[in-house]
Amino acid sequence: MRTSVIVFPGSNCDRDVKTAIERITGKAPAMIWHGDHDVPASDLIVLPGGFSYGDYLRCGAMAAHSPVMRDVIAKAKAGTSVLGICNGFQILCESGLLPGVLMRNASLKFVCRDVHLKVERADTMFTSRYTKGDVIRVPVAHGDGNYFTDPETLARLEGEGRVAFRYCDEKGAVTAAANPNGALANIAGIVSETGCILGMMPHPERLYESALGGSDGRAMFESIATALAA
Amino acid sequence: MVGMACAHPPLANSPLAIRAFNMKARIKITLKNGVLDPQGKAIEGALASLGFSGVGDVRQGKYIEVDLNETDEAKAKAAVDKMCKDLLANTVIENYSYELVG
Repeated sequence: MRTSVIVFPGSNCDRDVKTAIERITGKAPAMIWHGDHDVPASDLIVLPGGFSYGDYLRCGAMAAHSPVMRDVIAKAKAGTSVLGICNGFQILCESGLLPGVLMRNASLKFVCRDVHLKVERADTMFTSRYTKGDVIRVPVAHGDGNYFTDPETLARLEGEGRVAFRYCDEKGAVTAAANPNGALANIAGIVSETGCILGMMPHPERLYESALGGSDGRAMFESIATALAA
Repeated sequence: MVGMACAHPPLANSPLAIRAFNMKARIKITLKNGVLDPQGKAIEGALASLGFSGVGDVRQGKYIEVDLNETDEAKAKAAVDKMCKDLLANTVIENYSYELVG
């Protein structure tokens, strides 16, 4: 699996996700600087977490227009798989590859803790090693994770089953109390129409082996590696 | 040297020296109706706690000034519209309006 991790000024989870992918798949991703205009031929492009461009204007807004994103968008539209985590999800929304927007947390506070997620889709290339309905524990660390979109788009996402993960309590109940940021319908991650693009606020790359305090994120990278092994 | 400190003419190769910014766009970006504004709510609460009475809904937005090297108003409007749609506003949640002065 050929992976490219895009590095923006202010990215800070780029090396975490690189390490996770390298340890799980045995192959190190290429690290691509935002100023490069071309992404090498890749099976997977990762937009990592962080605070690209200092979150100026809106989170992800500047990065969405950085030179490398033209090629990322072109490759994504041509079918290359893309995983956006945290700031990467914000960039996917700002660039139009995923619908909606991540707004300021309803609490106005930065939230940094483990949350529980309900796996809503286990039939995507990102989630096949999970079972639908699984409850997994993954950290979040963001100030702007409050997913919002207009009612028509939300109905379309729900109708097409494009919500991959929802915030829930440890028993799997999707409640307001289990929602760390006020996201509509407790949405933690969504996939594109084709299922080849996943954006999510939580950080699976931070919990992929027991030495890190948990390994619930590991199955995501194993799912991706299985799908793109060819 | 006294008095010299304030007299910095633009450097000959500075963009400021060779470009005339003869129009200014004053751009306001506001959240659309129906979009929750937790920052506005926090300001509303703070105003109430400071004893300001008669304060209703508070909404927070952004104000951006852009100097333009343009004399044709129609061209300036087209450029500012594109700036707003492409970058300055996220039209999923925000409206924008602007005035041109200069």
